[in-house]
Amino acid sequence: MLELVNFYLIPGLVLGAIYALAAAGLSLAYGVLRFAHFAHGDLMTWGAYAALVAVGALGISAWVALPLAVLATIPVALAADRAFYGPLRRAQPAVLLISSFGVALMIRAVVYFVWGPTPQAYARGFTPPLVFEGMRIQQRHLMILAGAALAAFAAHLLLSRTRAGRAMRAMADDPDLARVTGVPVEGVIRLAWAVSAGLAAIAGVFLAIDTQLTPNLGFNILLAAFAAAILGGIGRPWGAALGGLLLGVAEEMSTYPLLGGAPLLEPAYKTGVAFALLVLVLIFRPQGLFRGMG
Amino acid sequence: MEAALLYTVTMLTLAGIYAALTLGLNLQWGVTGLMNFGVLGFVAAGAYTSALLTAVPSGTHLGGFGWPWWLAWPLAALAGALLALPVGAISLRLRADYLAIATIGIAEIVRLFVRNEDWLTGGPLGISGIPRPFEDLGQPWGAVAYLLLVAGVVALLYAMAEATAKSPFGRTLRAIRDDEDAAKASGRNPAAFRLQAFVLGAACMGLAGAMLAHFFKFMGPDALDPVTATFLVWVMLIAGGSGNNRGAVLGAVAIWAIWAATDWLAGQLPGELATRAAYIRLFLIGLALQLILLYRPQGLIGERLPR
Repeated sequence: MLELVNFYLIPGLVLGAIYALAAAGLSLAYGVLRFAHFAHGDLMTWGAYAALVAVGALGISAWVALPLAVLATIPVALAADRAFYGPLRRAQPAVLLISSFGVALMIRAVVYFVWGPTPQAYARGFTPPLVFEGMRIQQRHLMILAGAALAAFAAHLLLSRTRAGRAMRAMADDPDLARVTGVPVEGVIRLAWAVSAGLAAIAGVFLAIDTQLTPNLGFNILLAAFAAAILGGIGRPWGAALGGLLLGVAEEMSTYPLLGGAPLLEPAYKTGVAFALLVLVLIFRPQGLFRGMG
Repeated sequence: MEAALLYTVTMLTLAGIYAALTLGLNLQWGVTGLMNFGVLGFVAAGAYTSALLTAVPSGTHLGGFGWPWWLAWPLAALAGALLALPVGAISLRLRADYLAIATIGIAEIVRLFVRNEDWLTGGPLGISGIPRPFEDLGQPWGAVAYLLLVAGVVALLYAMAEATAKSPFGRTLRAIRDDEDAAKASGRNPAAFRLQAFVLGAACMGLAGAMLAHFFKFMGPDALDPVTATFLVWVMLIAGGSGNNRGAVLGAVAIWAIWAATDWLAGQLPGELATRAAYIRLFLIGLALQLILLYRPQGLIGERLPR
């Protein structure tokens, strides 16, 4: 039982928390902009490498570099919107999706150019896990869980308690109605990009702390983020966050040797769980699990 | 002299294979408006199918069965189509962007599958010993003959794509793309038509995959990557002109020429710089896509609707 908690449930929750942040940002951008933003994963990568620069230049830890990563990622999203997405605002969503696919490649090309293809890490060395009654948890895992909860809470306050957040939700619910009632559309769009990119950066840094930095860091979990967002009902950040948690736990649990010695699913196929879940949701509940739950 | 001829023939053969891919994507995106971001998956399905059927027997993977290429290629197209069928059936009845996400997923699954199912695909080692048609003519004539074969296949695909575009089937596809409700109101079933277009396009990609595998004489999990197998095809189609088969072929040849020329230029730079130049090229091709979308969304030759 403890083995299940230590080696499957806790890593699952950690991965799920990272997915949750990634999917919430993706879902928010979808809600306001109405297209699937394929460069979201590469914004994550960008944030992770921005933190690496701060870690190297200032000698701080990756946790302290987090706000700097956020500040370095928001301008990238805003610049892409101003240069490429903005002029296509009236085009069909498909064209914007293709454009974002191009932006993803451009960001990745810059990452490859500046930092090279070799995997890197923020810090070396080993910190012993904390042990409570046989329950072992890595310190970094504890901090990722706490950090993700904090980031989600901050995003929640922004969306529900501020005027700008309410305007954003109004746009997500009904863009035309929001427009005629005087919501400053372009300002709301910029804010949505800022929050989406900020969440992406945090997710990217957390993922890099838990694994390592590679230029494909974010792109590799883009499918999982989409699956989580669709699971939660795309356009709803809270649903996406729950979807992310669920997917993370499902992914880690999928390799648990429930039936005797063999794992339920070969670990090599772990990343396929996101796809399987996506397919199941698309077949049985395309509106997402949480639609109609407030 | 012979080296220059061989280089030209190689480049033209690859341009032809890209033209087949672009024609397939044009049927999906250009004519029908379906976003397939997993071209790689369908290419791999065709490539591995044909590779396994034609390769010499080996202990590291299933088969090979030593079939002749002309028997294996149609089955490669079928493999692409069979992979597309469930993906399309599940996601086409939903929003358009769900197909884009699902196709990224299927490409990822195919990649995992070929890497991990060693008994079938040889895993990371891949499949070597895939015969190239007309090899026994020697160089350079064997390469020239293979180029002619690829060109013949592309010409056939082009003729079929043109016939499709002009047919009632093609008109229905465009009608569904442009105004789904109107098409429904005149008694068409958009989901069924979309699925057919998606599957046919994927068959083209499977066939292109087979041509690629026989050209490389090798297929492995690292022989294909999303940038060259998926993204470049999109840039080609959009640059050439979505919805126009001539545009698709023209885009494939033009973008491939640019890609190959910049590759050659980068190769002239010393070691480390050459690697970095490849990243600059990746950035520029992404930028080129943006500029085309912004300033010439119809591409080099826009769609011309038959009267």
